[in-house]
Amino acid sequence: MSNDGPTALERFINGILPENPVYRQLLGMCPVLAVTNGMKPAMTMAAATGFVLICANLMTSLIRKLLKPHLRILVFTLTIATFVTIADKILAAFMYDMSKQLGPYVPLIIVNCLIISRCEICSSKQGIGVSLADGIGMALGFALALASIASVREILGMGSWFGIQVLPAAWPGWGIMVLPPGAFITLGFLLGLVEWIQHRKARKAA
Amino acid sequence: MSTAPKKNNYLADGWLVILLALLYGGGLAAVQVSLGGRIAENRKNETYHVIPELVPGAVEAKTEEHTVTGSNGKTIKIYKAIDASGQHIGWVLPGGGQGFADRIDILAGVNADARQITGLYVLGQKETPGLGDYITGSDFRSQYAGKPTDQPLAVVKTDPTAPNEIRALTGATISSESVSAIVNDTIANLKDVINENASTTAPVPDQI
Repeated sequence: MSNDGPTALERFINGILPENPVYRQLLGMCPVLAVTNGMKPAMTMAAATGFVLICANLMTSLIRKLLKPHLRILVFTLTIATFVTIADKILAAFMYDMSKQLGPYVPLIIVNCLIISRCEICSSKQGIGVSLADGIGMALGFALALASIASVREILGMGSWFGIQVLPAAWPGWGIMVLPPGAFITLGFLLGLVEWIQHRKARKAA
Repeated sequence: MSTAPKKNNYLADGWLVILLALLYGGGLAAVQVSLGGRIAENRKNETYHVIPELVPGAVEAKTEEHTVTGSNGKTIKIYKAIDASGQHIGWVLPGGGQGFADRIDILAGVNADARQITGLYVLGQKETPGLGDYITGSDFRSQYAGKPTDQPLAVVKTDPTAPNEIRALTGATISSESVSAIVNDTIANLKDVINENASTTAPVPDQI
């Protein structure tokens, strides 16, 4: 058949580090910057995005042979919007405070380019197994990226991690790290670090 | 692919979109039916929780629910705030309307004769992050406490001079005006009922 794309295992591994959605593809910057002021909101966002990503990948893969080329984006958006609404309702029902804290960022998952790009690149072309592996890999990669930024911001900004005090109480707490500028500063430094590691690797391999 | 455009192509092209829309709509309806009660319960708990903030001195556990008919003819559930000594000190009125991005739901606290606003709380909003979502902040909301209700609130862009003026949030004039309009409508709708007679309203049993 037309399974000429990467295999399931390749898709899975690529999603985590080699093609990390945040550090390598620079997709989904809105939640990366907006909800990483603490580990709890960041991980809730990662879980909600992962749920939508995996479900949308599976659904798109199921109907990939029926898609009309000029209507495919419409179908992707419809699918994603449905799963986002489900995720939003689940959060409002079971994690009400978190749902209020994330506010409009949960509905904004609909416009996260990461999800629509996976529908376009992978699941509209490849089978269910590969799409599932791709969805899980990308979701893990996204969660890892959010976790790395949220860890730096929460630890430096509040001296805590997941709300648990990790730095001595004498730590002053760099307020700027939990405010929007802290997100840009942290993302910039971490992006630079990832880029530097990549260059070193490439130089060693050459 | 034929080059000549056919007019009856729409269904052949769009059947998948229509089918998926129906399917997803059904799925979402099922989610709403199964989780709606829980979400309403969460909202109710939040409402009760903020009553002491909206009507200072009120005791959360003593709050009574009343179902009344507003001037617009619709029945609505309002909350009677009672202080520790059993004195009726105010009302908490739920309201809602269109904001800049999406629906805004508020709770307005007024004193017992609805002549003065005692507090404002935003239950739900999806305004622009960083601009309009400051309507949930206490800096903005605290402006409403103490405002008289004899004339509608007005939104101004400079420091308020008249007693009924609210200072708009920078970059979020529409959100500020929406909140004020919702407060005005909510109070106008229920003011007469509250003043008329509290005894015609009977407490309702706890229910969703």
